[in-house]
Amino acid sequence: MVKDKKKSVKFDLPSKTTTSRTMDEELESDEDFLPDNENIISASEDEDASGDERKHTKLLEAISSLGGKRRKKLAERSEASLQVSEFAVNAEGAGEKVVLSDLLSSATEASRTDGSLTKTQKQLKNLEKRHATLELPLSHQQTEKIQREAAFQKASKEVSRWESTIILQQRAEQLVFPLNQQPNRPRRMEQVVTSWKTQTPLEQEVFAVLHAHRQPTLDPVLTPVEEAQLQAMSLEEAQLRRAELQKARALQSYYESKAKRERKIKSKKYHKVQQKAKRKAFLKQFEEMCKSDPERAMEELQKMEKNRIEERMSLKHQNSGKWAKSKAIMAKYDLGARQDMQEQLELNRQLTHKPLPSAELHGDSDHDDDNNDPTLTNDDQTLPDIANDASANQKEGANPWMKMTAVMPTAMEAEPKSIVVTTDSEPTEVAASGGGGGDAETEEERLLGEFARRRQLRKTNEEEEEEADEEARQKDESSQAAGGPSISFTIAETSEEEEEEDQMDEAAASELNALFGRLAKQGQQDAAPLATVGVASMDTLLDEDTTRVRTLEEAELLTETHSDTAPMVESEAAAASGHGNKHAPKVKRRQKIIDLEQVLTKQAKSIRVPMTAPAVEDAEDEALDEQTDVIREAFAGDDVVLDFLKEKRKQEEASKPKDVDLTLPGWGQWGGLGVPVKKHKRRRFLKKAPPSVPRKDRKLPAVIISEKRDSSVATHQVSQLPFPFENPAQFERSIRSPLGSTWNPELAVRKLTAPRIVTKAGAIIQPLSKDDVMSSKKTPGKRGAPDLLLGNVEQGKAGHRPTAKRKKHKK
Amino acid sequence: MKVKVLSRNPDDYVRETTRDIHRVPRNYDPTLHPFEVPREYTRALNATKLERVFAKPFVGSLDGHRDGINCMAKHSKSLSILLSGACDGEVKLWNLPKRECFRTVQAHEGFVRGIVTRFCGTSFFTVGDDKTIKQWKMEPPGYGEQEEPLNTILGKAVFTGIDHHQSGETFATCGQTVDIWDEQRTSPIRSFSWGVDSFSCVRYNPVETELLASCASDRSVVLYDMREATPLKKVIMKLRSNTLCWNPMEAYYFTSSNEDYNLYTYDMRYLDNPVTVHMDHVSAVLDVDYSPTGREFVSASFDKSVRIFPKDGGHSREVYHTKRMQHVICVRWSADNKYILSGSDEMNIRMWKANASEKLGVLTPREKTTRDYNQKLREKFQHHPHIRRIARHRHLPHDIYKQRREQREMKDARRRKELNVRKHSKPGSVPVETEKEKHVVTVVE
Repeated sequence: MVKDKKKSVKFDLPSKTTTSRTMDEELESDEDFLPDNENIISASEDEDASGDERKHTKLLEAISSLGGKRRKKLAERSEASLQVSEFAVNAEGAGEKVVLSDLLSSATEASRTDGSLTKTQKQLKNLEKRHATLELPLSHQQTEKIQREAAFQKASKEVSRWESTIILQQRAEQLVFPLNQQPNRPRRMEQVVTSWKTQTPLEQEVFAVLHAHRQPTLDPVLTPVEEAQLQAMSLEEAQLRRAELQKARALQSYYESKAKRERKIKSKKYHKVQQKAKRKAFLKQFEEMCKSDPERAMEELQKMEKNRIEERMSLKHQNSGKWAKSKAIMAKYDLGARQDMQEQLELNRQLTHKPLPSAELHGDSDHDDDNNDPTLTNDDQTLPDIANDASANQKEGANPWMKMTAVMPTAMEAEPKSIVVTTDSEPTEVAASGGGGGDAETEEERLLGEFARRRQLRKTNEEEEEEADEEARQKDESSQAAGGPSISFTIAETSEEEEEEDQMDEAAASELNALFGRLAKQGQQDAAPLATVGVASMDTLLDEDTTRVRTLEEAELLTETHSDTAPMVESEAAAASGHGNKHAPKVKRRQKIIDLEQVLTKQAKSIRVPMTAPAVEDAEDEALDEQTDVIREAFAGDDVVLDFLKEKRKQEEASKPKDVDLTLPGWGQWGGLGVPVKKHKRRRFLKKAPPSVPRKDRKLPAVIISEKRDSSVATHQVSQLPFPFENPAQFERSIRSPLGSTWNPELAVRKLTAPRIVTKAGAIIQPLSKDDVMSSKKTPGKRGAPDLLLGNVEQGKAGHRPTAKRKKHKK
Repeated sequence: MKVKVLSRNPDDYVRETTRDIHRVPRNYDPTLHPFEVPREYTRALNATKLERVFAKPFVGSLDGHRDGINCMAKHSKSLSILLSGACDGEVKLWNLPKRECFRTVQAHEGFVRGIVTRFCGTSFFTVGDDKTIKQWKMEPPGYGEQEEPLNTILGKAVFTGIDHHQSGETFATCGQTVDIWDEQRTSPIRSFSWGVDSFSCVRYNPVETELLASCASDRSVVLYDMREATPLKKVIMKLRSNTLCWNPMEAYYFTSSNEDYNLYTYDMRYLDNPVTVHMDHVSAVLDVDYSPTGREFVSASFDKSVRIFPKDGGHSREVYHTKRMQHVICVRWSADNKYILSGSDEMNIRMWKANASEKLGVLTPREKTTRDYNQKLREKFQHHPHIRRIARHRHLPHDIYKQRREQREMKDARRRKELNVRKHSKPGSVPVETEKEKHVVTVVE
C-alpha cells in the first residue's frame, strides 16, 4: 500500500513544478512514516482480542487500586502512546485502524492549500476500496517444482533440435567416422580468397583489377562467359560431335585414297569415259543451277569463257603438234587416224565456240583441262563443307568443339519450334535420296549434311523432351498398331547404310554405331521413326533381354508362347520389331536347355525353329549339333530314357503305402518250416494300407518329384518370416539378388557391399558437436561448386562442368 | 593394299601397377552363372564359420596394480594412453601399444573413486575417499621433482565420481550432492541435491554439453542443467542404477546400468518408460560405456563378464570372459572404436577387440573387399537357421550358463503365474504390463 502511494505521488510530480520542493519533503516524510506505520498497524492488530483485554485491564485496575499509584501511571502512559504520535497521526477512536489517507493529513500544512494533496488523498482512498489482500506466496516445494518443470521443458526442447540429425544418421546408407573430416586436399580458390585480407598495395591493385573484370571470388567461380561455354555443350554432345568429326575425317581420307587410286589408273579410255561422265553431270548440274542459282551459273559461265579464251590462245587441238603431224601422215591410209584428227578439230571447235546463254551451253563444257589436277577439283566439289571445316579448324589450332556450338544456338533460334515437322519429313527425304543414290559422292555429302541437321534436331528435341515424351508414347502405341510398313522401310534403309559403313574404318564405325544406337533410342522417344535407327537398334535389342529362365517349367512356358508365334509370316515378325526381338533370345534359350528325349535318343531330330534371326543362330546351331554328336557318341550304349522310366516306376512303387501283415506263425495253429499260414488268419491280421495319394509327377513323363520332406534341406530353410520383412515375397526378393562379383560388375559390387559404418584407423572419433552441425548449415554449397585450385585454374575449368546442386548434408 | 591388323587397346588388358590384380573380362550373362542363391548361401555359411573361427577378442592385459581397479579414463587427445585408478589410491598411466605402465601416482588415501582427463589432454582430475579432488599434470614430473598435484580441493564429504565438461573449464563431482566446479575456484559454483544423500555417478552429456545426469542411491536417475538452479527431473526405478553413459552421437539417449542385471536406455525427454531394456547379464551391471560411433555400448558386470549390446537391441551381440577375470568394475570403449578396456577386481586391465573376429593391422584392398563382401553375406543370410545358429553360438563359463538357465526358469515361472492370475481374475483387473513398464516406479518432476 505504501508503495502504491509513493508511485502516485511520483506520478504527480512533474506537473507541479512550483511545489516540487515541498513534494520532495513529502516523499522524505513518507519514507519516515514507514516503520511507525507498521508499528501502529501492529498495535491496532493487537487489539483484536480486546474483549479479554478489557477484563484484564479491569483486573489490573482493581489490583492497582489495591497497590497504589504506580500501576495507574503505567496504564496512562500506554494510552498516551496509543493516541499520540510523533507525526500527529491518529486514528479516530481507540479501536480504529489508521487509514492511508490519514497519514497525509499531517504531511505539510503548507501544501494543503494547493489541490495536489487532496488529489492524492482521493487516489489513496480509491485504492483502498479496490484492493483485496495479497495471496500467500507458494510453498518452497511447489515453487521448486514449477522451476524444475520449466527448466525441463526448456532442456528437452533444446535437445529435440538434434532429432533430424539423429534420424538422418540412422537412415544413412553409410557413415564415415570421424564425421567432420577435413578433406586432405588443397583448398578451393574462393575459400582462400575470402579468408585473405588485402594488405599490401600490390594486392589491392590485383584485387581492383579482378573486380574490374568481374572475376567472381565467391561461390559461382566461373565467369558468365565461361558458364555459357560450359553450358553450350555437354559431355554427351561433345562425344557425338567428336564421332561425327571422326566419320567426316574417315570419309575424307577415303576420298583422298580413292582419288589417288583413280589418278594412278593409266587406261586412257577409263579417263575418257570418266571425263565424259563428269561433263555430263556438270551440264546437268549447270542447267539446274541456271534455274536455282543464277549467280553461280554466271560464275561457271565466266569460267567457261576463260577456258575458251585459253583454248583460242593455245595451239591445242589444232592438229599442229607432233602427234597430229604423224597422224596426218597416217591419215591417208588409216581411217581411224583420220577420225582422231577430226575429233580433235571438233573438240577445238567446241571449245572455242562462244557459248550462248542457253542452247550453246550443252555442247562445249570442257572445263577440266588436262593440265588441271582432277582430284583437286573433285575434292573441292564433292567433299562436304563440314569436313573441310574441321580440317581447316585443326590447321588453325582453335578448338573445333566450341566453334560448332557457337553456331548452334543461332541456328536453334532461327528455326524455333518446327521439330515435329522436320522429324516427320526426314525419313521420306532419306528414302528418296537413297532410291536415287547411284553415285557415292552425293550420298556421302548428304550423309554429312544430315549430321548437322540431326545435331540441330537433337538440340531442339532436348529442349522439348517433356512435351515430346508424351507424344512419343502415343506414337509408339500407334506405330505398334500400324505395324508393318514403317519398320520394313527401316530395314531397307539399314541395308543401304550397311553398304556405306562397310567402306569405313572399323573403329570409327563401331563407335558411331554405339552412338547412333543412343541416338536411335532418343529418336524413338522423341516421336517419329527415324530412318537411321535400324542397324543399331537391331543389334542392341537382341542382347537386351534380361528375363531369366531358371527352371524347366519356365522353359516349357516359353516354348509354348513361341509355338503360337511360329506360323507368323517373316515380314510380320520383322514388323513387330519389339515383339519379335523379345522372342529371339527365347529361341536361343530353348536350344540351350537340352531335352533328354531329344538329345539322348539315337536318331537326332532336327529341331524346327522359326528363323527370326538366322545370322545369329547359325553358329549356335552348329555348336549344338556338334555337342549332340559328342553326347550321342559318348552314350552310345546305354538307353538313358528307359533307365529313367524304370527308376521312376521303382520310386512310384516305393512310395505306395503297403499292407502290413501282423500274423504270427505258430499262434493258434502249428508252426514250423513249410507249414503254411491259414488264409482266414492272414486275412484277419492283415492291415490294409490306405489308398495312395496321387503323385504330383504322374502326368510328367520326364520328371520325378520326390514328395518326401528332406530334413537335411530343412535346416537350411527359413521357417518364419524374419522381422523387418512384411511378406514372404519381399524376403525372397532380398535373398534372390546376388551380391558377389561373380554376378555383378566391380562397381556394383562395391556399392552393394559398402559397409554401414566406416572408421578410420587411428583417428579419435569425437562426439557430435554443435559447431559442426551449425557450420554445415551455414555453408550449404560448401562441396557443390567445382574445384578450382589456385595453381591450375585453366585446367580446372576445362575439366569440370558446374554441377548444379549436389545434395547437401542436412543436419 | 590395305592390311588389316588385329589391334587391341592395352588399357583393356594391362593392369596399371604390378600390385593391381589382373584384368579378367567377364561375361555377366546370368545363364552362365546359375545357382546364385545356393552359391552365395554356401559362401555366407563359410564366412560365418570363419568369423567364429577367427573370433579371438582378447588382445592383452595390463597388470601392475596392487589392488582392484576402481575406475578408468580415456585420454581425450591420445589413443595410446589409458588412466586407471585402483582401490589402494594408486593411479597408473598406461601406454597401450606397448602395454606398459609409464607413470604411477599415489593419488589418494583409500579408493580412487573417479578419474577424468581434461578436454585438452594436458591434465587429469581424480577424486578419492580422502574427500579431495586433485588435478594432476599429464606429463610425468622432471628428474628430481616431487610427484605433486597441480591443485587440491578439500571437500566436505567423500566424492564418489567426477566428470569434466566437454569443452569448458568446469567439472562436476558427485557425493552427497552433485557439485559443479569452476577449475579456478575451490568451492563449487553450484550444488544440486534433491532429497537424496548420496550419488554414485555423474556424467556430462557430450553433445548438449550443459546437461548432466546422475545416479542416486534412492534408486533414481536425476537430470540436471548446469545453467539452472534446480535439477530437471528424476526417474525412480525398482533397483538402483550404478552408472550411466550418454550416447555421444544422439543427444537425448542415455543408458544406465542397473542392479537388477539389466541396462536401460532412456530418452531424456520421456522418462516414463525406457526406450529399450537390455537383458543378458546374470548379475548386477557395474559400468557401461558407449562406442564413439554411438551404435553400440559395452557393459561390465559383477558376473565376471563383459557384454556388447547394440544400442537398440534387447540382447547382447557378444560376451567376453576369461577364466581369470573376476568381477568387472569398470569398462571403456576406445576412442577409435576398435578396442574395449575392462578393469576388474583381480588387479588387471584387459584389452579386447570390439569386433571379435576383426583382423588387426593393415588390410590390403582385396582383404577389405572380401571382408565387406563376407559381412554383407552374413547380413543377408542371417535369418537362415543354420547360419544363425553358428553366428549366435558363444561359449559361456559354467556358472554364468547355469545362472542364466536358472533365471530363465524363474522368469518363466513368474510369467506363468501372472498369466494364471490374470486368467482367474476379473477381466481388466490385472493389467498387462510390458517389460519396459515393469522397472520404472515413478517419475518425479
